[in-house]
Amino acid sequence: MTALLVVALLLVALAGTLVVLAPGPSRQAVTLSVFGLALTVLFVVLQAPDVALSQLGVGTVVVPLMIMLTVQKTRRGR
Amino acid sequence: MSRRARLAMFAVVAAALGAALVLALLGLPRFGSAFHPYGDRAVAVAVGPQQTANVVGSVTFDQRGVDTLGEEFILFGSVIGALVLLRPAPEEREVGVRGAGRVMSSTGLAGYLLLPISLLVGGYIVAHGAVSPGGGFQGGVILASGWHLLYVAGRYAALRRLVPNKPLELAEAVGGAAFAAIGVAGIGVAGVFLVNLLPKGSLGSLLSAGTVPVLNGAVGVEVTSGVVLLLASFLDQAVVLRSIEEADE
Repeated sequence: MTALLVVALLLVALAGTLVVLAPGPSRQAVTLSVFGLALTVLFVVLQAPDVALSQLGVGTVVVPLMIMLTVQKTRRGR
Repeated sequence: MSRRARLAMFAVVAAALGAALVLALLGLPRFGSAFHPYGDRAVAVAVGPQQTANVVGSVTFDQRGVDTLGEEFILFGSVIGALVLLRPAPEEREVGVRGAGRVMSSTGLAGYLLLPISLLVGGYIVAHGAVSPGGGFQGGVILASGWHLLYVAGRYAALRRLVPNKPLELAEAVGGAAFAAIGVAGIGVAGVFLVNLLPKGSLGSLLSAGTVPVLNGAVGVEVTSGVVLLLASFLDQAVVLRSIEEADE
């Protein structure tokens, strides 16, 4: 296990913890995007560029965006 | 059941699951070891007879193409399900985009600058699915999310006009159907579903790997249109649809 891999794994653990600790779903959506980016870095370090690209598109852009829009909609509904 | 009993039950199940996980992890090959029997065979087939430089693309679209066909229809079904759930309810009205909010000019500029770049990158990744990392799915997601930079740039009205629902729905269906049709064509030509029936070309050139780039194109069309439709209906829900009482305010 290289030092780079250890750093990437620690980044994932840190970002994942931030998502759990973030108060409220809209803040979690933003931290989830950071978590997705950390996973992308991990996949690149593990030499899986195909998965990294999927993770980058889905995990850092599409899913957080859908969560943000859903939060926006449900807030207005109250 | 009392809280105590629930906790005791959880402790038993968690201990059993934990023990099973540890046992399974101990049975795995060591991390970073050179023992990859499946990988060795997949790589040999990909760069040998199948002439596919992107070995992952060879596995997903050629050696295990049926799995990918299944995934395509999972995506197809999910998008349709989400669109049905997100359709405007009878008690909702469109209020126009006046409530779409302000955008900082720097954000708008970044959106405009990144729009052509992300569309180009997305198209490149779809087209080079047989040669370099990525492919129809990854490129399609980049194309669809890049398209929505128009929303980030504050041009929601323009984005709404530029998302023609009917053609996109048609494109999503055609993309999925094209994948299945190439599979059926394999039965006609060689008696094997999804067999790689086109000439393989030479390793690493854009049109190598036979059906792999064609299938990537079909997936790219399906994923792009599906994700655009999905994001568009989420945006509609969040930005322009209000309940009747709110719309009257």
